[in-house]
Amino acid sequence: MPNAIPNVSLAQRAWAIRRNALRMGEVQGQGYIGQALGIADVLAVSYFHAMDYRADDPGWEGRDRFCLSIGHYAIALYAALIEAGILPEDEIGTYGMDDSRLPMSGMAAYTPGMEITGGSLGHGLGISVGIALGLKRKRNPAFVYNMLSDGELGEGSTWEAVMSAVQWKLDNLIAIVDFNNQQADGPTTHALAQVPEAPKWEAFGWHAQSVDGNDIDAVKAAFDTARTHAAAQPRVIICNTKMCKGIPFLEDREITHFIRVEPDEWARALAILDESRPQ
Amino acid sequence: MTLGPNSRRTPAHIARPKPATGGARTSAMIASLDAEGRETVTAPFGHALVDLARTRDDIVGLTADLSKYTDLHVFAKAYPDRFYQMGMAEAVLMSAAAGLAREGFTPFATTYAVFASRRAYDFIVMAIAEENLPVKIVCALPGLTTGYGPSHQATEDLAILRGMPNLTVIDPCCATEIDQATRAIADHPGPVYMRLLRGNVPDVLGEYGYKFDIARAQMIHDGNDVLFVSSGLMTMRTLDAAKRLKADGIDAGVLHVPTIKPLDEDTIAAACGKTGRLVVTAENHSITGGLGEAVAACLLRRGVTPAFRQIALPDEFLDAGALPTLHDQYGLSVDAVTTRVKAWLADAPAT
Repeated sequence: MPNAIPNVSLAQRAWAIRRNALRMGEVQGQGYIGQALGIADVLAVSYFHAMDYRADDPGWEGRDRFCLSIGHYAIALYAALIEAGILPEDEIGTYGMDDSRLPMSGMAAYTPGMEITGGSLGHGLGISVGIALGLKRKRNPAFVYNMLSDGELGEGSTWEAVMSAVQWKLDNLIAIVDFNNQQADGPTTHALAQVPEAPKWEAFGWHAQSVDGNDIDAVKAAFDTARTHAAAQPRVIICNTKMCKGIPFLEDREITHFIRVEPDEWARALAILDESRPQ
Repeated sequence: MTLGPNSRRTPAHIARPKPATGGARTSAMIASLDAEGRETVTAPFGHALVDLARTRDDIVGLTADLSKYTDLHVFAKAYPDRFYQMGMAEAVLMSAAAGLAREGFTPFATTYAVFASRRAYDFIVMAIAEENLPVKIVCALPGLTTGYGPSHQATEDLAILRGMPNLTVIDPCCATEIDQATRAIADHPGPVYMRLLRGNVPDVLGEYGYKFDIARAQMIHDGNDVLFVSSGLMTMRTLDAAKRLKADGIDAGVLHVPTIKPLDEDTIAAACGKTGRLVVTAENHSITGGLGEAVAACLLRRGVTPAFRQIALPDEFLDAGALPTLHDQYGLSVDAVTTRVKAWLADAPAT
């Protein structure tokens, strides 16, 4: 794992990802900051423990592919790509602006390191099936990580992809479900998602794990298990995350899909984060 | 609760059938497209793809449980390790094709035109077209080529798909053109939707020395009184109709437009701008949003205003029945085309 620099802990990486995301949120005065803060620990493990890539060559053929199905999580992925050195930090101020490489919904044509265009939900896992098939055709040992949301579990196309991945024995495909139990109109479990989620995937033929997505050691162990699992089947890690994790006054706010942050609160959130910087 | 008036067709609206007379008339999807005894070629798409794959390792085939019905089974048999049976799942068919294209392959994805255009639209838009990926979507049963009714009749596929940026839309006429177009779209850098005639496909354009060019509409033969501007299987019909009209002293030309989008506007406008002839568009598609409207808009934009008529399917859900019957009923048969053109010439001579 060439990207694991021993003197920077995963907790520090997650902290930096949260900070980058908050700074982008401040630029626009809005953004899916609740999701970004919630998924930061999982992204830290993805980019600084699990994945192989070259920061100066985002299209390197040997890279692990990270496919972001949830386009509105772009703010979170940009924050990770900046921390990984794939995107320069000085582009933070362009987030969501005209001519920016960082549009508010993630699109492959705009951003180095953004593998697919997400946003129309229920697409990413199917595209990842195709990428995984293509890698196998090329005998390329890279993994495909596909990050999707619990809300996307309501899309029929997600389940087409779930079945297809099993049919093709895609042991190079790792799905990461951000289960924060929040979709646009309310709790995901009040709509179509069922808990526990993992047995459903197991019944379809996947290797499934469910972890506390804000426990870095647990997430790290789950990624290791997913990558080294021997059976010829796709793997899913259901990451139970807390929206707005790390900023207590936002965590306590009535949780909604689109967190409202008052103009003066961005600085307050950044100050709280800075005080809690891991050593 | 008060329910509104119900305008659905119910079984009570349908008259009892008369006993069948004469030759076999079937609604089977394999019904011949051409009763005139033309030579046919079997599975021209499948054989062209096999031929292409001999020299191109990047070509792979995917289908959603319709390989036998899109002639992709020929490819599957020749290259089983390059064939992906995706199951009855059109979303992952398109998404996985996009993923394979991202990894450098040239996927040919097949299903029926109704399922690609109606069911899989968002997946074609966002996974394939928005990224301009070289996925080739090849679909059987375009327009009215089955008697199964609206579930299988893709009468609005061109209208749906013409709205999609980056997508090239092709409606080939015959076996010769399908063979040539299959090779051409494999070389085309972006996404393509191609309507497919499958099974035993009549050969029509071969006798005219035709060479498919993805960018061009081509005059198959010229005529002074009427100009048909047609695509797909309607070019078979207009060529035959032109022969019939000739016998009645009417000189009809046929401009074949295989590529519906992008439209070869220069050639169409130049041909339709020749004064003194009636322009008749002819398409195996709804009158809404297909070739006819595309040509009409092109001509108006360019200030070309010939006398103009459209042969197309009505903006309706069509009946089930035998295909030859339906082609007569809805105006796509040679008889129907010939009759209507004569009537139009009698009513409103070209200006």
